[in-house]
Amino acid sequence: MSSLQCERCHQAKATVHITDTVPEKTERHLCENCAESEGVIVKHQHPTTNEVLQQFLKHKAASTGHDDLVCPKCSLSFNDFQLKGQLGCPHDYTVFREYLLPLIERAHEGQVRHIGKVPKTAEATVHRQTDLVRLRRELRDAVAGEDYEQAANVRDKIRTLEDA
Amino acid sequence: MNLDDLTRGTGEWLRGEGPLSDVVVSSRIRLARNLAERPFLTTASESDRTEIYRSLASDVTAAGDDDAMFVDLDEADTVDRDFLVERNLISRQHASGNGSRGVSISSRETRSLMINEEDHLRIQGLRSGFQLDAIWEEVNRADDAIAESSPFAFDSQLGYLTACPTNVGTGIRVSVMLHLPGLRLTKEIERVARAARDLHLAVRGLQGEGTEAVGDLYQLSNQTTLGKTEAEIIGAFSTSIIPRIVDYERAARETLSKKQPVRLDDKIWRAYGLLSNARRISSGETHTLLSPLRMGIFMGRFSKFDVKRWNELFLFTQPAHLQKVHGVSMGERERAIARADYLRDRLEAID
Repeated sequence: MSSLQCERCHQAKATVHITDTVPEKTERHLCENCAESEGVIVKHQHPTTNEVLQQFLKHKAASTGHDDLVCPKCSLSFNDFQLKGQLGCPHDYTVFREYLLPLIERAHEGQVRHIGKVPKTAEATVHRQTDLVRLRRELRDAVAGEDYEQAANVRDKIRTLEDA
Repeated sequence: MNLDDLTRGTGEWLRGEGPLSDVVVSSRIRLARNLAERPFLTTASESDRTEIYRSLASDVTAAGDDDAMFVDLDEADTVDRDFLVERNLISRQHASGNGSRGVSISSRETRSLMINEEDHLRIQGLRSGFQLDAIWEEVNRADDAIAESSPFAFDSQLGYLTACPTNVGTGIRVSVMLHLPGLRLTKEIERVARAARDLHLAVRGLQGEGTEAVGDLYQLSNQTTLGKTEAEIIGAFSTSIIPRIVDYERAARETLSKKQPVRLDDKIWRAYGLLSNARRISSGETHTLLSPLRMGIFMGRFSKFDVKRWNELFLFTQPAHLQKVHGVSMGERERAIARADYLRDRLEAID
């Protein structure tokens, strides 16, 4: 049964086997693509890691030279990641960040910043980061408005946070 | 509690109750988490893997309820692993994987904590009908409890770090399983599936990625996990997507019963006739035939049994359940006969 050819396209292997019982018993053997075009099955639509990676590789053609980049913690190279589609350790996100971001952006509808749940242990760091973003904006506005006293004030706050 | 205790019931997700249960079979949320300072499973050595397993197994047990059951999947036999897949308590990938891995299952089967699946930990909540808020509360609480003893890999820009960058951020996957026989009969199913895809949702069959939509069961889930809050992701399902599809399906059923009542009843009763008379039957055919009966029950056109009994028939005719109940391992041919015997037996008892 498993070596059957698809009876619709006569090319691919039949992996979908359907038994109709109404009006009479008939058996059909289709490949996944033909079964989908007949509406018998719905193939999963989540872009597989491969699809995401392939898009990524296209992008990569333009920017070369980081295949040999290796994570010092897990020894995974960027090339390994491109082959496997999975990262080797949390530190990879830091080592490969610059090259991962375009891929992440593509896989998440243009988003590159987490705004969801923050674990209690990371709350302080995350708050500091959001405060910094806010203060830098305040500094820019103060300078633009030529309010130098306020700007100096904000700059000091930024320094304190950056040193923390 | 042990695995055999589970064979006495259908588990939480097939209770057949809960909001919108005429169309929504079950709802599920899972969170992907990894321990900080540990390699992901792709590069983990055998001993890393075992250490991750041991450390999480004890934290997960401490965070779980007293009646939770822990299953060491590396030691469990194939039938037991498939049995857990059929109950949606572990994924196919988790069942067929290698090396140290396991799952903690809460007594009501509403929560399962999978260790060493694709990520170190997958926290899953599962309930019958449409109940995403209750599930999120349970899953979120479990996440907090486990994080107290096992800090998770987290990045202030990218959120929770996962082995595959497609899960990064919230690490959340919301899935709702829908029974859509009406839309299939009115030939509107592809249109609905396309609309769902336009909303960036994945449409899959019963057991997740790559599986067919047997028995008119479709699973809808979010594809992106970054740049939105968990509440926003869940809210999209609760406020617009699911209620709309439920309305479409109900309208399709209404149209069928007004315009083609004979066709509808013929479908239901032929299915019943086959199920109660077949001498051998595959699990795929069983699910296909059970589908119109579920619809018939909710439309008041079929009253031989209720949805609870339907759930039992649905679950216990699957290969591993059938073997678990018989207590012997059987090949496909033997199972087809045992399945038909089981169905005739149950349906005769009801009649």
